[in-house]
Amino acid sequence: MMGSDNQVFEEAHVYASREEMENLVLDDDNSSSKSFSNYRSATSLSPPILVTPADSDPLLAPPPYRDLRNPNAPDNNGNNQSYIEPPSYADVIFRPFDETNPAVNEINGVESSNQFVDSPHSSTSPVSSTSSDYIKITVSNPQKEQEMSNSLVPGGNTYVTYLITTRTNIPEFNGSEFSVRRRFRDVVTLADRLAESYRGFFIPPRPDKNVVESQVMQKQEFVEQRRVALEKYLRRLAAHLVIRKSDEFKLFLQVQGKLPLPTSTDMASRMLDGAVKLPKQLFGESTALVAPQEVGQPAKGGRDLLRLFKELKQSVSNDWGGSKPPVIEEDKEFLENKERMSDLELQLSNASQQAEALVKAQQDMGETMGELGLAFIKLTKFENEEALYNSQRARAADMKNVATAAVKASRFYRELNAQTVKHLDTLHEYLGLMLAVRSAFTDRSSALLTVQTLLSELSSLQMRAEKLEAASSKIFGGDKSRIRKIEELKETIRVTEDAKSVAINEYERIKENNRTELERLDKERRADFLNMLKGFVVNQVGYAEKIANVWAKVAEETSGYANENS
Amino acid sequence: MINTEQQRSASGSSQSPRSPSSQPYLSVSVTDPVKLGNGVQAYISYRVITKTNFPEYQGPEKIVIRRYSDFVWLRDRLFEKYKGIFIPPLPEKSAVEKFRFSAEFIEMRRQGLDLFVNRIASHPELQQSEDLKTFLQADEETMERLRSQDTGYFKKKPADLMQIFKDVQSKVSDVVLGKEKPVEESNPEYEKLKHYIFELENHLAEAQKHAYRLVKRHRELGESLSDFGKAAKLLGACEGDALGKAFSELGMKSEALSVKLQREAHQLLMNFEEPLKDYVRAVQSIKATIAERANAFRQQCELAETMKLKEINLDKLMLTRSDKVGEAEIEYKELKAESEDSTRRFETIVRLMNEEIVRFQEQKTLDMGIAFHNFSKGQARLASSIADAWRTLLPKLEACSSS
Repeated sequence: MMGSDNQVFEEAHVYASREEMENLVLDDDNSSSKSFSNYRSATSLSPPILVTPADSDPLLAPPPYRDLRNPNAPDNNGNNQSYIEPPSYADVIFRPFDETNPAVNEINGVESSNQFVDSPHSSTSPVSSTSSDYIKITVSNPQKEQEMSNSLVPGGNTYVTYLITTRTNIPEFNGSEFSVRRRFRDVVTLADRLAESYRGFFIPPRPDKNVVESQVMQKQEFVEQRRVALEKYLRRLAAHLVIRKSDEFKLFLQVQGKLPLPTSTDMASRMLDGAVKLPKQLFGESTALVAPQEVGQPAKGGRDLLRLFKELKQSVSNDWGGSKPPVIEEDKEFLENKERMSDLELQLSNASQQAEALVKAQQDMGETMGELGLAFIKLTKFENEEALYNSQRARAADMKNVATAAVKASRFYRELNAQTVKHLDTLHEYLGLMLAVRSAFTDRSSALLTVQTLLSELSSLQMRAEKLEAASSKIFGGDKSRIRKIEELKETIRVTEDAKSVAINEYERIKENNRTELERLDKERRADFLNMLKGFVVNQVGYAEKIANVWAKVAEETSGYANENS
Repeated sequence: MINTEQQRSASGSSQSPRSPSSQPYLSVSVTDPVKLGNGVQAYISYRVITKTNFPEYQGPEKIVIRRYSDFVWLRDRLFEKYKGIFIPPLPEKSAVEKFRFSAEFIEMRRQGLDLFVNRIASHPELQQSEDLKTFLQADEETMERLRSQDTGYFKKKPADLMQIFKDVQSKVSDVVLGKEKPVEESNPEYEKLKHYIFELENHLAEAQKHAYRLVKRHRELGESLSDFGKAAKLLGACEGDALGKAFSELGMKSEALSVKLQREAHQLLMNFEEPLKDYVRAVQSIKATIAERANAFRQQCELAETMKLKEINLDKLMLTRSDKVGEAEIEYKELKAESEDSTRRFETIVRLMNEEIVRFQEQKTLDMGIAFHNFSKGQARLASSIADAWRTLLPKLEACSSS
């Protein structure tokens, strides 16, 4: 307590700010002073990397905490990170977790059945337990480019493109490694086309369009944020076993130059067509036919304005209990599931919010603890410099112990928090996915609506046909024009019948997609959540133990004071 | 209260509360805060229990009722009479209205007042004080009368006090104030001490500020754990099955830990933040003594100056055989006596301060040692129980994944 190593302690540089604290050189009792890496705030902390077993692919994710057997190993970014305490102590704490606890291995990404979510612990698509399919996508190298043609203003619009690099061994792709340049607009196109082709699937939501001014668009931070978001999105798509093999996705990843998918603006131009057609349709001048192939898509703007009106009418009549849709057993189950998903979304949102608050509280704790430690270091230095009495030196030594412990504890809190962020991120991810679920359910509803519209259309057409036939049968020889009308009507009925079949097929298809996707979502979500819980808990235990030990040491060192009073 | 008794016996005083009756002892406790009065005039009264075998005291036990302003009276009286001694500090006078009667504030104040009286009772000089005896023994009416009579040093001449502080802190302030440079001791050691005290206050105040924030952080973390726990339980209800159970267990653990954090926050406040605040107050009390010493020094110098002048005048009168000599002689003698008194007073202050500073440093090392011990013990205990609580979940989570 008394004999402090003043010389050794001299190395503590006293600074005011947190940055300076991170550079603080603290001495430890039995090792030479080490420098400490910069710890960024929890939100932007890069995962602590470590020495992985020799045979593992360096691209596979590192375990969530360091292998402390080699505390000075540089991480993937070349940062040299070292710990304060001697390795032997840390080994005692973490070895049991690393080696004997199977829970940890699971968290280490060795085995994860996650297909929906980019697991917080892996930077690649995790190895599926059934095949050795492998696909890794990287988004990098943002560059400004000029829009050449179509611009009214000479010099035109500038936009940003990103380099998208894919490495894969999936046979459906031609090749094992390829790169393309894409802009954000292309990603929107991809997302829209996927939504059309894969109705009923839970398609991961794409990053938001940001409505900001062009100046902001080019700011470094914004571009970087977007790059990260794009990478996450593409990786999620790649993790979906069906979508990863879709034409749209393959085209997006492989075809050089312009993206060969119809853009949404092309679709918008169809709107103009539709507007022209509508009056004719309303006046009954052209047959209000819904071409069979078109029922494969929900009624949108464009050519489907009339269809929209009809379906709207239908849904209203549904609501008012007019003609009831054919009730299928499954519907009840679907409604239950829909309810369940809705409830889940609510709870996820709540949990996600509270998780954020928890992370903030942990971060604040770490910061304040660190500031307290710094303040005591300053005090210690001050007392030592001005000491006239031994009692002062003794107090300075005590303060130094407390200060050192506080700074250590502060670092542990911040590391704990960085890990907590990664684990609890799973909540955010699944919350995002709930959007995809809702949209898949909407696909189903609109397909059902199309079917019902066609059914009621069909029944009204048939009624008309019957009326006409009844009327014309009263006139001997028939009314030439009436007979012609009956023929036309019968033709319309035939076409509508075809459309109805197509629509029903589509509806059934979407229902089946919903079902399989729901099954998969439930299974994978359970696995991911369980992993998340384990990771979270293991983390808390590990760091709490370390913090406890740090303080227990100080309590021991100051125990003399307690004894004097008992 | 155990804490303060520990403090008392650790302070190295010649009294210990449990010593055999042959040894002189004086032990005091401040207990049982009770809210009295209504509305704006509401206040807290405390029971002050004195156990002693001092002959001048009504022993062996006497109980009186006192309120905060009585303690202030005692502090002011001691400050006036015992110049040079570091009078133990009082907890702050006022607090935000809402907070004033919160259980936490009342307990902190009670603890502070108990410490205050006990430090006086265990100080070799202060414990002899008549005013202390009055405080500990007089009936409530007498006390009320005395309290309303005395305006108290700290309420008097605040402008003068500020002046003195300024002088001590910067030597140029008087140019700004349009006064001539005041007379000051030219004692390098004393300069060092003054500088030390002023710097120390700054450092301590900063440490105390962070300690207080740390208390708040504990509370905030506790709250967020509680909210998170609730959310986890709701999510678990949604999921059902083994996973639902896992969430539910996590939620419960989270809520349990929240309680532990709130408790630790309170401990931290009482056993770590308060001692730091107490340390700051003690340093402020020393600053007041420093001001007194400056005052005494100035008085001494002024009197010495005046005396010299009077001496010169007297000699002049004696030479001219004026009939004013007799008068002047008497005046001179009086002045000389005053001057000697003043010198004596100043020298007493210097002597006392030298003793006090040694005592102070030793006392503070002990006080802080205890505070550090409690702090680190509390943190270790908290972290341990956090680890234990979460650890019990692991086998359950294991079971979930295998099923």
